[in-house]
Order: sequence, then structure tokens, then C-alpha cells
Amino acid sequence: MDSKRSDPSRGAAMPLAVKILVAGGFGVGKTSMVGAVSEIRPLRTEEQLTDRSVGVDDVSGVERKTTTTVAMDFGRITIRDGLVLYLFGTPGQDRFWFMWDELALGALGAVVLADTRRLADSFPSIDYFERRRLPFIIGVNCFDGALRYDSDEIRAALDLDPKIPVILCDVRKRESGKQVLITLVEHVLTVMAERQRQPGTAVR
Amino acid sequence: MSEWLDDEAGPVVRPYALTGGRTRSSREGFDLIAIIATAATSSFAPPAAGPEHLAILELCVRPLSVAEVSAKMRLPLGVVRVLLGDLLDHGLIAVRRPEPDNRLPNERLLKEVLNGLQAL
Repeated sequence: MDSKRSDPSRGAAMPLAVKILVAGGFGVGKTSMVGAVSEIRPLRTEEQLTDRSVGVDDVSGVERKTTTTVAMDFGRITIRDGLVLYLFGTPGQDRFWFMWDELALGALGAVVLADTRRLADSFPSIDYFERRRLPFIIGVNCFDGALRYDSDEIRAALDLDPKIPVILCDVRKRESGKQVLITLVEHVLTVMAERQRQPGTAVR
Repeated sequence: MSEWLDDEAGPVVRPYALTGGRTRSSREGFDLIAIIATAATSSFAPPAAGPEHLAILELCVRPLSVAEVSAKMRLPLGVVRVLLGDLLDHGLIAVRRPEPDNRLPNERLLKEVLNGLQAL
């Protein structure tokens, strides 16, 4: 190994990273989508929590310390030299909201994947991103044999702002996943332009 | 500590033993997508550096995000952040942080991402 000091912060060696979140209920295809568009096999990172950080598990007065592991799958897309996009699947369980806070911090936007057979599973993600004012779109994952609805029916069922795009997709397919991401970034640009026209509204 | 442990011993060492029980890095930050690059090879590492410190230095010869370091090292994020803090304190790594979150992402950056996705 070369034993001299170098300065990788100079030049293009250290890319700038941005991220997009892929949220939705358990088994809706978050990891499939990350895997379909990622240039690397999806990786998994974990965080371990003690009971102090998992408030809902509080067992008052009982001397017990539990450790919970939150796992997040993620992938990577090189946009160009010096710019990398990371895609993070959000942890499935609602009690890991604090992990969502970390994921959402600085994210460009989010894709909420929905399964028409279990639309209610996507409500917590939608609520979360609405509250945080993080721009998001809905990707309706069309599983084989799943009943097909059109975008307007799904928008009505989810009680969505009419400006939020609802796109039908098959997240196992790279081209489809790519279209979902393109739709999201276009939507983020629209939301940004709108918020700039209304300077009274605070940024997220 | 690893001299007397082999794989058959199983997970005897809880992850935070690698950090001497520390759960916080001496520095703030290390966002999931902060990019880490080795700034000096392991020959510059102080004698107290553990095998995990050295492994991170070898890994980040090619710059990687904090999340990738955690995944490839198979260590929880919290542990990796403490180890990265040690390495940064000794000037052994360089960090490129993502854009600050206090504003909406800038339009030029978004358009670059859009163009990049369309070109995939």
C-alpha cells in the first residue's frame, strides 16, 4: 500500500451524494425497486437501538434492556462523475420513525409504493411526508393478478392532493423504476417552483 | 482483542465493545450519505487503532458513503460513526458532507439528477 498522504477532497475523487427515499408498507416492493434501478446489489445497513431510543417499548420499573435492530436496504446510481444518487428503502415498522427522520433529512423526495390490495398500508408514509413537507409521489406497484385501478381512483382512495402524481409501475423492472424516479424528480422541481412563488410558506 | 477470538467463538464481542463503549463520535455529523475517503494509509494510523479502523481505511481508498461503509463492514451505523470519528480526529480520512438541509434542494442539482436518470 502506498504510504503517502493524499488529499482526496481535491478533484473529483469525492462525489457529492443525494438521496431519494422509497417508502410503503411491508412487502410492497421497496427493496425490489431499489434493486431494479441500483447499479450495485442492494446493501443493507443496520442500526441498533437500546430501549432508551424505542420509547414505545418502555416497560416502566422493569430492569430490562432490549436491543432492536433497524435494517435499511439501499442502492446507488451514479448520475455523473462527482454526483451519486442513493436510494433508501425505509424501515417498515412505524415505531422506527426516528430513523425515518434521519433518512428524510436532506432527501430530495420520496416514492411511496402502494399495493392496491392493501392501500391503507401506505397511509403512514403519506402522512409522514405530508407532515414533513417532503415532496413525494405514489408508485402503484402492479403485482401480477392484482386488481387494476386507474390513477384517479387510487388518488381518491388515498385522499391525495390532486397535484401529487400517481404512477402505475412494476418495480421489478428497471425501466419502470427509472420512470418512477424521473416522475418524482420532475414533481420535486414543480413543488420547488410553487414554494418559491409563495415566499410566505417556510421550506420543509 | 481479536487475537483470541476465532469465528467459532460466535459473536462474543458486542458491537460497542469495538468502540470502547462509546456510542457517540467525538464529532457531529457523519450523515448516511456523507462520502468518506481515505486521506492517509494505515501506516499513519496510531498504534491504538483497531483492526476495524484499519479495515475502514482500506475500504475507503475508493470513496464510499457512511451507509456503504456500515454495510460492507457489517457493523451498525452507530459503531461505524464512532470509528469514523476516531479516524477523522487523526486526519486519516476526508469527509464530503451532503448539501445542508436548511433549504430546498437547488434547482440545478435536481435538473442534473433528472438528466442523469433520463440518460440511464
